[in-house]
Amino acid sequence: MSASSTAASGQDAVAATVSPERQRFGRLLIRASTLLLGLIILAEILYSSGVISFGFPNWQPVLIAFVLWSAALCWGLILRDGEAGWRALFVLPAILFTLALVIFPTLFGFFIAFSDWNLQSATGRQFNGLDNLRQLWADPYFWNALGNMVFYVLTVLVQYAIAFGLAMLLNADIKAQKFFRVAFLLPFMLSPVAVSWMIGKSMLEYRFGPVTNLLRALGWENPSLLTTPWLAKTTIALMDAWVWIPFMMIMILAGLQALSKDVQEAARVDGATGWQGFWQITFPLMLPVSLTTIVLRVIFQLKLADIVINTTSGGPGGATDTISSFIFREYKDRSNVGYGTMIAEVYLIIIIIFVALLLWATSRFMQRHS
Amino acid sequence: MPRTLNRILIYTALIVWTIIALFPIFWTFSTTFKVAKDVQLGHIIPWVDFKPAWLGLRAIGLSPDTIFTESTPRTEFIKRFWNSIQASIGASILALILGSAAAYGLSRFQYKWKIWKNRDISFFFLSQLILPPVVLAMPFLVLYKELALLDSMIGLILIYTLSVLPIVIWIMKDQFDTIPQELEQAALVDGCSIWGAFFRIILPIAMPGMVAAFILSVILCWNEYFFAALLTSSYAKTLPVMVASQTGSQGISWWSMAALSSAAILPLIIIGIFLERYIVKGLTTGSVK
Repeated sequence: MSASSTAASGQDAVAATVSPERQRFGRLLIRASTLLLGLIILAEILYSSGVISFGFPNWQPVLIAFVLWSAALCWGLILRDGEAGWRALFVLPAILFTLALVIFPTLFGFFIAFSDWNLQSATGRQFNGLDNLRQLWADPYFWNALGNMVFYVLTVLVQYAIAFGLAMLLNADIKAQKFFRVAFLLPFMLSPVAVSWMIGKSMLEYRFGPVTNLLRALGWENPSLLTTPWLAKTTIALMDAWVWIPFMMIMILAGLQALSKDVQEAARVDGATGWQGFWQITFPLMLPVSLTTIVLRVIFQLKLADIVINTTSGGPGGATDTISSFIFREYKDRSNVGYGTMIAEVYLIIIIIFVALLLWATSRFMQRHS
Repeated sequence: MPRTLNRILIYTALIVWTIIALFPIFWTFSTTFKVAKDVQLGHIIPWVDFKPAWLGLRAIGLSPDTIFTESTPRTEFIKRFWNSIQASIGASILALILGSAAAYGLSRFQYKWKIWKNRDISFFFLSQLILPPVVLAMPFLVLYKELALLDSMIGLILIYTLSVLPIVIWIMKDQFDTIPQELEQAALVDGCSIWGAFFRIILPIAMPGMVAAFILSVILCWNEYFFAALLTSSYAKTLPVMVASQTGSQGISWWSMAALSSAAILPLIIIGIFLERYIVKGLTTGSVK
């Protein structure tokens, strides 16, 4: 990896200031460390496949070698490229870190995905071609979880509407604005696991939870919130909304506060009613912020797992399952690494396509309206 | 008249939502001090409905009468609490170091490596945001086993750093973009190196952004459950995993669950009350121009 300044004159000037010896040493350092890393990886592979009899008990040396190689690469670049090397040093650590921890595991995941691998069985990993894919195609629980994801993603629109309303309230000329803002923000900061217990297991407890008590008092005879499939799904969506509405609210509030005072005055005075002023002035002006907020929120929603795992574990009968919680159980209950990874990788591809389409549609929409 | 009515409506709505937002928190804190009877009768208001007892805190060895005695639950609880602190602070610091440097580079210099330019590198970092944890979970499980990092603090810190890095880069790049380039150009003319200018001139100015990024990272890491549940068992287990593992379906001791949940949320509530400004700044970065 080399980085250079695009200021054309700068690059020549920089190259001239680095002495040839330093350059040679830098090059040597990079090559030598790459060779060392390659050798250690090769030795590990040979040892673990039984070709050579001496080696390390685990792969940790490879990790250490990678860290050393990264350091040598950074140092070598500085020696070789001078100023440009110092500049590359800003981004290089983060890039190497991400490559090692995201790109490599994801590719490794594809390798696992095409194998029959149960961590509890003695047979270990066995390549099984497209079997996992076939199993996935015929797995009703996967399609059910995917369907649930569509439902959960659509609830984002409802959350958005509520969040917009709350942001408007906070943006109104009110007293103790700071208190309300902090109070409204707090649910977002709480651990989903704690929320699952606080609300899911305790306040919604069938016999004596305060929410079920309230619902009974309102005349609902049998508030079985987490055992009726469609109700359970709605309840999970509500808990999720409770946590995430503050996030959207804060974003929209910042957007509202960035609107100029004139515009806000116009929205109040011009229209016959506040309602009209809102739809004709405020809402259109807020479209860019709204779209950013919704897109971000949808991306986070696709990861929904913790609340489901801890409140219903996907039940009753998979009614509340998300892809993440489904895979979590696939591993925790059955140690089925191969199949679980296949679902995850397929899900990743679906997400990438979906988010790409979403971003494309949003930018098209924005262009047409600006 | 309609104006007064309007104001009444606004304040009613505000108060209703405040109750929705705060009641579960109040419920958790108050349940810590309830005995079984109070829980089952659905008592709500302390001193009026029920008489507070030390049951919840006693269960984790923190009530006045147990705090000076040996207590296994307390040792366990403090270990998990300390693990959570280590993981969230450690990962946030690492992410802040890697992320600030990368964000500064992307904000100031033009990089080019083959066909890759600044835009592509930025996109590369930000695209990590859409990656769901499940995709990495199982490869990490297998890899960590081979690397002897399973159930270790370093392993957990690495993966937490990874999950907050895109957010830190996003916030910090936005922060650096708002600082005029003339500042460090003047320093460079005075003979400062680019790294010298970065540390001495730019970082102090970018402090608010760094605080915002740091706090947001700490919150996200503190609450993280998915990876902690998969990758840790006895040694590096964090507080959320401990809370989750207590929820048996039968015979939950409400007060001790409430005490644990309270402990898990209390630090964040304190952060939320005192550092709300920075959280808002971190969340709204880049979305509002």
